[in-house]
Amino acid sequence: MARYIGFHRPNRPLALYAGAFAVFLYLPILFIPLFSFNAGVYVKFPLEGFTLAWYADLFQREPLQRAFWNSVQVAAVVSLSSTVLAVPAAMAIARYRMPGKRAAVSFIMLPLVLPGLILGVALLTVLNGLGVRLSLVTVALGHMVICLPYAISVLLPRFIGFSRSLEEASADLGESPWWTFLRVTLPCNMPGVLACLLMTFTISFDEFFMAFFLSGTEPTLPMYIWSQLRFPQDFPSLLALSTLILVASFAMVFASLKLGRVGLAPAGERR
Amino acid sequence: MTAMALTQRPASVLSRLLHRHEACRGWLLLAPALCLMLVAILFPLGSTLVMSTWSLDGYSVDRTPTLGNYSAMLGQPMFGALIGRSLVVATIATVVTVALCYPMAYFVAFHVHRHKALWLILLTLPFWTSYLLRVFAWKVVLGYEGVLNTALIGLGIVQEPLAALLYSQTAVTLVLAHSWAAFAILPIYVSLEKIDRSYIEAAADLGDGLTRRFWRITFPLSLPGVVAAFFMMFVPTVGDYITPAMVGGPDGMMVGNLIQAMFGPMNNWPAGAALSVVMMLTIGLAGLAFLAVGRLVGR
Amino acid sequence: MISLRNVCKSFGRMQVVNDVSLEIAAGEFFSLLGASGSGKTTLLRMIAGFEAVTSGQILIDGQPMQDTPPHLRPINMVFQNYAIFPHLTVRDNIAYGLRRLGTPKAEQARMVDAMLELIALPGYGDRRAHQLSGGQMQRVALARALILKPKLLLLDEPLGALDKQLREQMQIELRSLQRQLGITFVLVTHDQEEALTLSDRVAVMANGQVIQVDTPSGLYDRPKTRQVAAFVGTMNFFDATVRTDGSARIADVAGLGVMTLNGSGQGRTDGERVLVALRPEGLGLSRTKPEGPAYAVAGQLQARQYLGGRQLLHVQVAGRAAPVTVAAGAARGEDPWSGDEGSPVWLTWAPDAVTILDPT
Repeated sequence: MARYIGFHRPNRPLALYAGAFAVFLYLPILFIPLFSFNAGVYVKFPLEGFTLAWYADLFQREPLQRAFWNSVQVAAVVSLSSTVLAVPAAMAIARYRMPGKRAAVSFIMLPLVLPGLILGVALLTVLNGLGVRLSLVTVALGHMVICLPYAISVLLPRFIGFSRSLEEASADLGESPWWTFLRVTLPCNMPGVLACLLMTFTISFDEFFMAFFLSGTEPTLPMYIWSQLRFPQDFPSLLALSTLILVASFAMVFASLKLGRVGLAPAGERR
Repeated sequence: MTAMALTQRPASVLSRLLHRHEACRGWLLLAPALCLMLVAILFPLGSTLVMSTWSLDGYSVDRTPTLGNYSAMLGQPMFGALIGRSLVVATIATVVTVALCYPMAYFVAFHVHRHKALWLILLTLPFWTSYLLRVFAWKVVLGYEGVLNTALIGLGIVQEPLAALLYSQTAVTLVLAHSWAAFAILPIYVSLEKIDRSYIEAAADLGDGLTRRFWRITFPLSLPGVVAAFFMMFVPTVGDYITPAMVGGPDGMMVGNLIQAMFGPMNNWPAGAALSVVMMLTIGLAGLAFLAVGRLVGR
Repeated sequence: MISLRNVCKSFGRMQVVNDVSLEIAAGEFFSLLGASGSGKTTLLRMIAGFEAVTSGQILIDGQPMQDTPPHLRPINMVFQNYAIFPHLTVRDNIAYGLRRLGTPKAEQARMVDAMLELIALPGYGDRRAHQLSGGQMQRVALARALILKPKLLLLDEPLGALDKQLREQMQIELRSLQRQLGITFVLVTHDQEEALTLSDRVAVMANGQVIQVDTPSGLYDRPKTRQVAAFVGTMNFFDATVRTDGSARIADVAGLGVMTLNGSGQGRTDGERVLVALRPEGLGLSRTKPEGPAYAVAGQLQARQYLGGRQLLHVQVAGRAAPVTVAAGAARGEDPWSGDEGSPVWLTWAPDAVTILDPT
């Protein structure tokens, strides 16, 4: 007698498909670390033995290190400033009834769907018109425009899920809005704010379109990689560099996505 | 005593005003972000528009307004062909991606119970990491002497490297699908997750089998998410230029590459600006079309 | 102490509170009673300052407060979900409002200890919100507000989330706490029993308006409208028409026959349609036709609800669709109407148990 195994019974073909999908998603990326340890100069099978030479080579490249620090500086400034702007914006969107809110929010979220190329070119024309010299500052400006919508969308679910009565209780107990923010809103939403910082840091660190158009003589790390892609003999070193960037990015984004869910109801428990 | 201390401190005019008008408080909080976006989006787009009416006079820029750039574009079939190809490539890539992502989103929404959050993170993680590096990875995989070709030869499946793998429209579609998968999965997943399970149970109760349940209940209810996924992915892919530049070859070139070239090596900014205006309009029209479809589906 | 003058609130086009005027005296336990959507919570939130008034005035000790933000009002509140700060311990929760007052640390600790004592939770100071039961959170929320010695304490359905037994116990504690401290309490509730048990006075709200303000017994015995009568306790309503018979004003009551009006019924005019209201306790039941001057009408016992110390009997009478509900006490060990469903009975009532209301 067949046992009834429930209404939502497992679907084996679908599970296989999901597995294949995950492989498709990760396999190409996994070749980067794989070949970064390969002794051969050419990226092809069969593998020619294990080496760490390509990683050692990275430390010989002075321009690379400069580009790395440029990227770190830009990303740090961008993540801090876009989070500082995004926190009040997300609070306003989550809390207040205000006419015209939908239009304002759609406008702020525009860079999510606007091609980076168009934004980059457009910013370039205006900066050029104003006579602003391209530098890391202009790159940071461009990155803030890109990061702000992401920052808001990371924070928004937290503020929507955050019980408003906690802030009201604080006001009721005599704390001003500013102290309420410091004593209740911020500590209670710290995981979300950290997630936002990590996410925007990674986006800025990895961003290419804006940097391509807006950086002056000082390249960011993705710009450096782009410029080296022309030279096949540099491929293995780029693979080593890419591996390091990927590992760091994955770790930060993973932490960010995990943090973003702390304290929120797990998706699977809703029915 | 406390009470006395409280009442003796009068509220300032500003805080009284803000108390009275909730919307004021909201706008005040939203203002910094909104200002940045106004300055950093509207000004640049406006200046692009203005620059598109300038013209190139030798090596200097002539600022007298003219529609010369636009008429030149109409005169050259190359531009139309390039825009048409960009739309076609983006559409194909979007359709393929949405079709591939739907079952995945369905799987997570309906068949994953314990580690839902982990699956979602797993599926979106690559999206957040460097776009450039992901495309680079594909170049490594698809190259003439790349991973795939050498592996196929090593296994004796083919004798010669397959040249078609890299530098083709197929390669561009494949790489775009891979890059933007997360953008397509999330909206579909959200719309599937929102479906009240009791509708499906009711359909089963009324005698519908698995397949009929899906086509009669689940799929129609998830359509808004599908439309959103289309939109979210189509718009940025039309304007992409990294993917075509790295894996597209001459056949895979898209309008973004030309814009980039005009602001770069060709050094014809006014023409580049005009081309990005045209591209924006194209995307805007496509966006409106999606919106209209979304409205229709939503009803 | 606190006066509301023509307070109105609308969200967009929806009028939620409509021209409410109230005077609440110092030291009073005052309740706002109403079904959900009656505007009672919005009214409370306007007093606390979380919602701005659309028009009207809120005065506390004669000072207009309607434009003062909540943190500058001498008012504290116990929230419906208690709003205990999850990232702080019980001690820090209770001491939360003291920071702004600049109370020295040692003094703060002493005050918090006194509060923990007052709410009977000594030794719970280092716990966090998620380690507390509903009743304990409720006490912490109370302590957190009371430590600031407010002039006015607002309570938004504070007992709604507790189970029945705990709720009754907390009602007693709340009432004695209020007596002991002499602070004005304003309670919002949809539970009429709670409002009647706790309050000195109750304002019944419906559709954004206050329809009656009275003491609990006043509300129960002298409801002014059908709505109040129906909302507070159980009530039997009978349609009736007034006429004059000789010198007496009498009424033809559907189901009860002819009845002489006195008290509130005297002022009615001939031919006026009125509503005769009778509490289940105002009615009696006997197996045989009773002797004496009391009114009586024959009926049939239709159903019985046994409730322990008392029971409700539903009697069908001629000329009326719905059965009449009668309350009967029961001495220990007795169940006088057991097995009598379907048998003929007599309904009796005294004329002064009757309330005459407008039909709508």
